[in-house]
Amino acid sequence: MLKIEKLCCNYKQIIALSDVSLHINRGEMISLIGANGAGKTTLLRAISGLQNPKSGNIYFENKNITKLESHDVAKLGIAQIPEGRGLFSILSVEENLRLGAYIRDDNEIELDIEKIYSQFPILKEKSKEYAGTLSGGQQQMVAVGRALMSRPKLLLLDEPSMGLAPIIVEEIFEAIKILRDSGTTIFIVEQNAFLALSVTDRAYVLENGRIVMSGNSVELLEDEGVKEAYLGA
Amino acid sequence: MNEFLGFLLSGVTVGFIYALVGIGFTVIYNSSGIINFSQGEFVMAGGMSTVFLLKAGLPLGVSFILAIMITSMIGIVLYKLISFSKESSQISLIILTLGFAIFLRGLAEVVFDKELHTMPSFVGDSSFDMFGTTLTYQSILIMIVSIVIVTLLYFFFKKTKTGQAMMAASINVDAARLMGINIKKILMINFALSAAIAAIGGVLLTPITSTNYEVGIMLGLKGFAAAIIGGLSNPFGAVAGGLVLGILESLIAGYISSEYKDAVAFVALLAILFFMPGGIFGNTKAQRV
Repeated sequence: MLKIEKLCCNYKQIIALSDVSLHINRGEMISLIGANGAGKTTLLRAISGLQNPKSGNIYFENKNITKLESHDVAKLGIAQIPEGRGLFSILSVEENLRLGAYIRDDNEIELDIEKIYSQFPILKEKSKEYAGTLSGGQQQMVAVGRALMSRPKLLLLDEPSMGLAPIIVEEIFEAIKILRDSGTTIFIVEQNAFLALSVTDRAYVLENGRIVMSGNSVELLEDEGVKEAYLGA
Repeated sequence: MNEFLGFLLSGVTVGFIYALVGIGFTVIYNSSGIINFSQGEFVMAGGMSTVFLLKAGLPLGVSFILAIMITSMIGIVLYKLISFSKESSQISLIILTLGFAIFLRGLAEVVFDKELHTMPSFVGDSSFDMFGTTLTYQSILIMIVSIVIVTLLYFFFKKTKTGQAMMAASINVDAARLMGINIKKILMINFALSAAIAAIGGVLLTPITSTNYEVGIMLGLKGFAAAIIGGLSNPFGAVAGGLVLGILESLIAGYISSEYKDAVAFVALLAILFFMPGGIFGNTKAQRV
């Protein structure tokens, strides 16, 4: 479904990604793990068209999207929950959700908002409040809800666990699993390797802008190198 | 007391014009981070085009609408220049808007002339007495039109999809792009909208203060002061800022000396920047991390 070939990207003159190749099949839940500064965010930004790669290609459903503008990428069905959630802080929770459906013009938007509210009841309570005034966990729920509002085929998540209490992380990942079960393809970028490897099917390990390892998540969890570098064992 | 009320009302009238110019500053600043110093020239373009279209024999309504369209097009041209510019630092782009302002002044001088022009009031030059002071119908028209524009803007930002997209883009550009919002289109709409609102201000003001090719310099600076007083990122703050500025000016011109009138804006501007850099009505962006 998504295929990346020999992608190279710079971030402010610094080489952020070099020769990154990976693929994600329809319905899979894949993670990319790596330390801070390994290039994870740059990769997601490149997929979403927020950043132009220096070379290499990105294909989505066999269409080359490398040079597409971000709004056209979004229209193809790729949603991203960016680093730091990227909420519209001085708009209400409901306005944030509605903006998530910006690319849609069908009449099921209200229905989907109700679905989000039934999954995260707290958001219904806070629907008229500014998104920026919510707690970190509630903000992450808004971010997840807003991404779902576009009915994405592929959902990219940048550090969904960052700064959140374990119990909230569990709730967020529960929502992501439900989404996966409904057929959405998911690509999670995480610093928390243990978390990422325990929920995903396959994983890639990114180090200094290069993919250094890839494979079945369960096997990577047992790998001595991964254990030492990322699992603190 | 009646005198005071008279000053107050004329301050409110001109304050609304400053507000319309100020709104333009905030709308463009919010979406692009650029202070558009051509904003005053948009006011001039609106007024001057209407005057000359009237002279060419077109009816008032048609001239008015054409002038607004012309000015919006000028706004779009400025946007295109900015988007084609290889320079992306905001300070260079701000200088570009300054250059564009000088260009527009020169163009107006060539296309029109250097004379002072006025035009008949839309609603007749008559006035009436109210609360013991005299009020012209043109003043009332300015107030009503301004209030209508501000109200429409509020609903546009709050209730329409495009308005919400503009809000989103002003809060977080990258997140807005991820939603599928075409930022370039939004920016272009912002420039056209700011120009159109400024042009309306220019047309409304012309019967009262008359216009010429360089009237935009002062109006632009007053509008900028209004925007700063209001907090720069908030269009509705600019409205309040414009009113505060207009009233202050009018009172000082009335009670002290009209010589000091123009100084008010700049003293207010400096005072705000020194003591309340967020403006009186600045957005206190709610954020919890």
